[in-house]
Amino acid sequence: MSGAVSGAVSGGPLLSVRDARVGFGTVRGLLRAVDGVSFDLEAGRTLGIVGESGSGKSVLVRSLIGLVGSGSGAIVGGEVRLDGQDVRGLSAKNFRQLLGRDIGIVFQDPMTSLNPVMKIGRQIGEGLRLNRGLNATAAARRAVELLVEVGIPEPERRASQYPHELSGGMRQRVAIAIAIACEPKLLIADEPTTALDVTVQRQILDLLQREQRQRGMAMILITHDLGVAAGRADDIMVMYAGRAVEMAATREIFRGPRMPYTEALLRSLPRLSDPTHTRLSAIPGRPPDLARRGTGCSFAPRCTYRSERCEAEEPVLSREGGRGFACFHPLNASAGTSA
Amino acid sequence: MSASAVRPATVAPVGRRLSWAIVLPLAWVALVAFLAVTADWLPLPDPAAQELILRRKPPSTTYLLGTDNLGRDMLSRIIYGGRTSLIVGICAPFFGFLIGGAIGMSAGYFRGKVDLLAVGFIDILLAFPTLVLALTFVAYLGQSLFNVTLALGILSIPAAARVSRANTMAWANRDFVLAARTIGASNWRILTREILPNVLPAMFAFWLVAVSVIIVAEGALSFLGLGIPAPQPSWGGMIADGREALDVAPHTALIPAAVMFLTVLSLNFLGDMVRNLVDPRRSSL
Amino acid sequence: MSDLLRMTDLNVEYPVGGGRHVHAVSDVTLAVRQGETLGLVGESGSGKSSLARALLQLPPPQRGSVLFDGNELTQMRGEALRAVRPRLQMIFQDPIASLNPRRRVAEIVAEPLVVSGVRDPTERTRRVRAVMEAVGLDPDLVWTRRPHEFSGGQCQRIAIARALVLEPKLIVCDEPVSALDVSIRAQILNLLEDMKARFGLTLLFIAHDLAVVKSVSDRVAVMYLGRLCEVADSASLFATPAHPYTAALMAAIPVPDPDIPLGDTKLKPGDPPSPLDPPSGCRFRTRCPHAEARCTTEVPPLREIAAGREVACHFPLIG
Ligand SMILES: Nc1ncnc2c1ncn2[C@@H]1O[C@H](COP(=O)(O)OP(=O)(O)OP(=O)(O)O)[C@@H](O)[C@H]1O
Ligand SMILES: Nc1ncnc2c1ncn2[C@@H]1O[C@H](COP(=O)(O)OP(=O)(O)OP(=O)(O)O)[C@@H](O)[C@H]1O
Ligand code: SF4
Ligand code: SF4
Ligand SMILES: [Mg+2]
Ligand SMILES: [Mg+2]
Repeated sequence: MSGAVSGAVSGGPLLSVRDARVGFGTVRGLLRAVDGVSFDLEAGRTLGIVGESGSGKSVLVRSLIGLVGSGSGAIVGGEVRLDGQDVRGLSAKNFRQLLGRDIGIVFQDPMTSLNPVMKIGRQIGEGLRLNRGLNATAAARRAVELLVEVGIPEPERRASQYPHELSGGMRQRVAIAIAIACEPKLLIADEPTTALDVTVQRQILDLLQREQRQRGMAMILITHDLGVAAGRADDIMVMYAGRAVEMAATREIFRGPRMPYTEALLRSLPRLSDPTHTRLSAIPGRPPDLARRGTGCSFAPRCTYRSERCEAEEPVLSREGGRGFACFHPLNASAGTSA
Repeated sequence: MSASAVRPATVAPVGRRLSWAIVLPLAWVALVAFLAVTADWLPLPDPAAQELILRRKPPSTTYLLGTDNLGRDMLSRIIYGGRTSLIVGICAPFFGFLIGGAIGMSAGYFRGKVDLLAVGFIDILLAFPTLVLALTFVAYLGQSLFNVTLALGILSIPAAARVSRANTMAWANRDFVLAARTIGASNWRILTREILPNVLPAMFAFWLVAVSVIIVAEGALSFLGLGIPAPQPSWGGMIADGREALDVAPHTALIPAAVMFLTVLSLNFLGDMVRNLVDPRRSSL
Repeated sequence: MSDLLRMTDLNVEYPVGGGRHVHAVSDVTLAVRQGETLGLVGESGSGKSSLARALLQLPPPQRGSVLFDGNELTQMRGEALRAVRPRLQMIFQDPIASLNPRRRVAEIVAEPLVVSGVRDPTERTRRVRAVMEAVGLDPDLVWTRRPHEFSGGQCQRIAIARALVLEPKLIVCDEPVSALDVSIRAQILNLLEDMKARFGLTLLFIAHDLAVVKSVSDRVAVMYLGRLCEVADSASLFATPAHPYTAALMAAIPVPDPDIPLGDTKLKPGDPPSPLDPPSGCRFRTRCPHAEARCTTEVPPLREIAAGREVACHFPLIG
């Protein structure tokens, strides 16, 4: 209750994350899945988190919303503030309330995030009844409205169907309807379109973007597809081996990456504008084993710019001209300062 | 990307700490097996030697586990009985798994008519009341170690066929089986080289459990008087004999019962452990 | 250039009970020319994998012919078919699932040699080592290890080595990089290009990512709901798509450049229809912005509208 008031007064970023850490105890030792990530997110903006598989994107956002808890043997650290309120300090009950009302989540696979034995209309209305105090009829009516809003034809009929009766694209629309039902301030979408076809992906991303703009929500969009991030995010955070290695406005990332990994990633992409049989510039090697992290920059074994210092010392994310990068030998020096 | 690219490490943290739930059953089974194998070289009295004056003696320093109705040394009989029970327990499911496994694997791999036929056969076998089938079989062919083993082996065919069929089906759809076919491998080669090694661990886990089930089943047969014929000791036979004197000398039935209980429990523990090790999804059973 | 593989009126159907069928591949006629890479794109469920498996007769298609290197595969059985197989290999999407977890890498790569009757173990070892080195695996390091000890990219290299060891003529690559990470993808695509040049291969390259397909393919075929929409050489297809679906697919691709505005797919709203009950006439008509009455009643045949360009549309966007 008091959260909303203090948030309105504080005027700071909607979401503020400081030194987030998540470790898993495994047979081979402590696996640092997320290793000291900090960022801010303003209301109404979209942050794209990109990085390859295993770089810690999902674990990071899940830890923000308490989905990676002590129950799974994970060690979670750092500070998370939503609207100025310390989320990690909340009681379990208040935290659930905050989750239900202020944060909406869309996962990669709607088949597993939807309840297979509950009708769709009821699933959408559930949050409204729990968090907004609507009665069953009002919740059902609102559920149908939401189905219209996310572009599902024949909403009344669909509301009384089960998830398996819908196509993958429609299921994801339902998942979005559930996520936005309680008018959250923050929408987290973890690879919402990876399981979908390009043409359907396009529709879902359009929908997410439209909702985000209309409602002035902040959105975290996790994707491994740099194309998706380029088209939809205001800012981008690049993750590598559990760390944020570069953070900047989307255009700056694509125009003049400062971190060698970002550059290498962009250059390795096949592009429609290149003629057939253009040789791709592959990144040699592969990401490090997170449980066997050595000293120095984790990209060093694959980096063409590395020096002795890179292998001995770990670069921290430094900020320069409003953008951050973790590298001793940043690229595009002029582009960075002119920004 | 995504799901298929990062798979959780298979078979991860289970074997890290050897818990008592694994060490104790393993130790017990090892002890029973060791004694059964080395019984002939151990300083044990003849398990068939009767000393009627000394019948139904409770455990003492001379007779560590006492004597039975006919004054035979219980310890010696438990150890030799363990040998019989283990022979039946190990061989019967082995026989069943050889046949049932072959049926199940063919059914799961070829599907279609073969599967229909196999499932029909299994269902027919299952439709007979198990114990009655074994009783009839033994009564008809005569009581001997071999016939009892054979009867119990036939009983374990359906279960073995089901386990191997379910596992084969799961593996036969994997791309590596398709890859083997693209290089022109014969069905026999695919079944033995590609699928069998993947199905075996689950079969082994199930076999451990089957051993315990068969040991109990052998006991039940003996209890009904159709087990391994006297004077060859078996745990089931000892329990059956001891039943007559439950009020005066309860140890004659309770000791073999306890030994059988511990063995069966241990085997089940081990079976579960192996199953968790090889198949975290606990598929088949 | 001659055709190495020619499929004619290929049909793949899966019974799903109740007398109904999934029409996974319908009347596909397509040729792969000697020495080229033919890209096959289409969305999930469009029948790409079904087509690939039908080519390899795993299982054989319900109808149609597959002529490979002078052999009519659909008429062949048993031993005869097995004798052709070494010339026609496949690489799969999930590299980990395509390797037997219980066998060692050396055994996996040597298996095709064993099956095809190379008896001499030293000869086998020599050939396995050579092919491992060709795909960038260190034989001494990988020899006795098992697949789960490797990353997806390394597993795909092992799978490629296995496909190459018999020196096939044609390799069907079914989404070989879809399961791989962005940073590994380029390595494998480059490797495939190198292997193609080195071994004189012909490739049928299946993918759903247009940019990936374009980077390796000389010609491209586009599939929708079991039917071919368009076949053309890569450059002209991407410059001027002739089929409305190709155009929509291209407009829908997220381009990794924030300065290129998102294209307009012009698609009618709605989801792709079910292959259980595909639309009559043109299968794309329920989403096509140019659909007219004729599209409902008449199946558009694949016809040549310009040299080397085939389109299955009553109202193609060019010509
Ligand atoms: N419960 C867990 N126990 C142990 N390790 C875990 C657990 N969950 C995740 N990890 C590890 O943490 C790391 C980061 O995983 P995460 O799922 O965040 O990656 P990601 O960037 O989301 O990748 P993807 O693109 O595949 O979704 C991985 O190495 C993963 O194996
Ligand atoms: N064994 C099967 N039984 C029934 N239906 C099947 C079977 N295999 C595939 N299908 C169906 O056939 C259609 C074509 O499938 P196919 O796997 O060939 O598509 P695809 O283009 O390879 O898709 P993806 O990109 O998802 O791999 C789909 O609708 C699929 O559900
Ligand atoms: S710190 Fe060194 S190794 Fe790391 S990215 Fe920068 S130049 Fe490369
Ligand atoms: S035939 Fe008709 S419906 Fe089909 S693609 Fe062409 S215009 Fe569209
Ligand atoms: Mg993830
Ligand atoms: Mg496929």
